[in-house]
Amino acid sequence: MGMTITEKILAAHADKSFVEAGEIVDARIDLAMANDITAPLSLEEFEKVGARTVFDPEKVVFVLDHFTPNKDILSAENCKKIREFSKKHNIVNFFEGGQCGIEHALLPEKGLVVAGDLVIGADSHTCTYGALGAFSTGVGSTDLTYGMVTGRIWLKVPDSIKFHCHGKWPKWITGKELVLYIIGMIGVDGALYSAMEYTGEAIAALSMDSRFSIANMAIEAGGKNGIFHVDDKTKAYMKEHAARPYKAYESDTDASYRDVFEIDVAKIGFSVACPSLPSNVKDAGELGKIDIDQVVIGSCTNGRLEDLEMAASILKGKKVAKYTRCIIIPATPAIYGEAMRRGYFQTFLDAGCIISPPTCGPCLGGHMGILAKGERAVATTNRNFIGRMGHPESEVYLAGPAVAAATAIKGKIARPEEVI
Amino acid sequence: MILQGKIWKFGDNIDTDIIIPAKYLAHTDPKVLGEHCMEPLAPDFPKKVKAGDIIVSGTNFGCGSSREHAPIAITALGIPLVIAKTFARIFYRNAFNKGLALLEADIYDLVHDGDEIDVDVATGIIRCGGNEVKAKPIPPFMVELINEGGLINYLKKKLEG
Ligand code: SF4
Repeated sequence: MGMTITEKILAAHADKSFVEAGEIVDARIDLAMANDITAPLSLEEFEKVGARTVFDPEKVVFVLDHFTPNKDILSAENCKKIREFSKKHNIVNFFEGGQCGIEHALLPEKGLVVAGDLVIGADSHTCTYGALGAFSTGVGSTDLTYGMVTGRIWLKVPDSIKFHCHGKWPKWITGKELVLYIIGMIGVDGALYSAMEYTGEAIAALSMDSRFSIANMAIEAGGKNGIFHVDDKTKAYMKEHAARPYKAYESDTDASYRDVFEIDVAKIGFSVACPSLPSNVKDAGELGKIDIDQVVIGSCTNGRLEDLEMAASILKGKKVAKYTRCIIIPATPAIYGEAMRRGYFQTFLDAGCIISPPTCGPCLGGHMGILAKGERAVATTNRNFIGRMGHPESEVYLAGPAVAAATAIKGKIARPEEVI
Repeated sequence: MILQGKIWKFGDNIDTDIIIPAKYLAHTDPKVLGEHCMEPLAPDFPKKVKAGDIIVSGTNFGCGSSREHAPIAITALGIPLVIAKTFARIFYRNAFNKGLALLEADIYDLVHDGDEIDVDVATGIIRCGGNEVKAKPIPPFMVELINEGGLINYLKKKLEG
């Protein structure tokens, strides 16, 4: 029997020639990452076990992106602990301040992940790097400590679900609309414990930025990882960003899948996930009466250049609606700089948007845009759970960048055609 | 291990932002995390729950983030066990790593809030209101890990050995 890409990567890292779904493997990791809210617990465990060194100071990554620039004293203390640990253990990839961006946009951009890698991160959206043809998954702080010390992790080999996507992409529709559509179709536990593998001409037609946002939301369907085939676009991206050699795996034609879905991307429309589950998906066209207090365009899902470009093209020459706030959060310093050079910042400022430094900020209700009781937001982020962006009685609608920008202009949930 | 306690019912898809909202994640003190457990859904829960009580939930318990603060908040209240139809995968690992036992069983519709429940964690036999249900066995690899005293103890032994 053949293997899927996911199975092949896991087999290679467990020094086995064959693995199959359900089997537990003890695998080598290429990278272990934690952020300012998960690293502190990991470092406490590191002390407790009496470890003296990390397995490889080049392969342990800390990104201080969630509550930074430090939102309060506790966050500052946490960052200080991680900084001191990094100094002591000569951690090469320690990111803070002006070097720091949202982890899942930053790591690929810095070339720290390439195709064929096995990456663990103490953050559930670590699944983002699957867009590069790597196996990457989120773990808790304890598993991360184990990985940081030993360079290994135990994993259950997931079964795979294939999403074969065909058809022509309509204007404004991106990977985000596709992934919301899929979660709406299979539910928030529709891919529980499974790998979500994406194939087909419609996937080949997508930019890397859109592929990252699809892989990012595997966890919102309960998935263990999202995975993409390596093609010319992946290779070009790695050539631009990474110096390390990569390994491209292909799924065998006789690999086994738990399920196969055929999706025509011409039919998905402007998917919006309504409160308070990412699977509660409707078309933006059905939601035009809902008043919106805040729009957030950013996060590890949609804070990349393509997203800002799309938002800028809609906001150009327009104004954000009175009584609506629009917060733009470029995901990394490089994206920030490029958006500025391309003139998007002027467009956003002229429209009345707020431009935030790269941070997770409001995405997890941390800071930089918290919602009051009863307020509603449209966000290009990935979660709309109860209270995710502030008060337990506030609400979040998840959308792609085009719907978010159009909503900012109209002050109600809108499709781009309605404002252009 | 036999556990006896009162049931607290929570529905489907109880996510980690409910178990412990992100605004408390700068804390690592279990006591503080426990004080805010389930706050968005049931603000009184930490005050009313008693050590030894057991959570019963529907599908996909613990979905969302990888925050280990979630199982820490639950155990900080003295809750030793969560029984749910299914669990989200990262939470599943984290719970065992943090000494919170989980059993997969479909008892949500058989029980009420406040019912007494009696669970043999080793065999997975759950008794409640005259019903006896057998939970899905804990994967052998997990049992091994529990017997080693959890992942951190396992690692500690490895480093000392
Ligand atoms: S942007 Fe949001 S989802 Fe992404 S890592 Fe930050 S908090 Fe998590």
